Amino acid sequence: MGDFIQHGLGRWLHIMSGVMWIGLLYYFNFVQVDAMKKAAADTPPTGAGITKHVVPRALLFFRWGAVATVVFAFMILGDKALDVLLFREKAYVPIGIGGWLGLIMLFNVWVLIWPNQKKILGMVPATDEVKATARRVAFLASRTNTMLSIPMLFFMSSSALFHAPMFAR
Amino acid sequence: MKNPLDSLWGTVICGFVLTVVLFYLARAMMGGG
Repeated sequence: MGDFIQHGLGRWLHIMSGVMWIGLLYYFNFVQVDAMKKAAADTPPTGAGITKHVVPRALLFFRWGAVATVVFAFMILGDKALDVLLFREKAYVPIGIGGWLGLIMLFNVWVLIWPNQKKILGMVPATDEVKATARRVAFLASRTNTMLSIPMLFFMSSSALFHAPMFAR
Repeated sequence: MKNPLDSLWGTVICGFVLTVVLFYLARAMMGGG
């Protein structure tokens, strides 16, 4: 029963919350950034509804999806978490690299993206100059996470590949 | 030089390049050379 909860339930919830997190990350980067540029160029600008109604809700599920993904990852790893993150066994290397990429991405969400988005959305007071800097930092952190998600997803799903004959020398 | 992360497809290409680099790093760490 414990094994079912840790690995069965844990893996299911980890993937579900991971889809929520990375799905919204891809929505921001593949859809919203370009759409907002085009909306800003309209006469009059048409992006206000997205900024007011879509972005705060998307960011809510995005940042808590990130937390849930990492919490369920630690639930799956259990008492092996430290061994994996410190690469104490060779077999842990692929999932360890994926885990570190996920932790860096979680850091970016809560330390770089969310505090700066609060300034951009007017949830905390900020001058136009501070908002411009916040916009650039949040944008680059979001793009960094999009870049890191590609190897992260590879290492999350490729443990078996490293033992396949086609990858052996 | 332009920051590749300013472009969506530059970001995706960087992600794939990083995947290849980390793949070889992982293989070396696992003793596969």
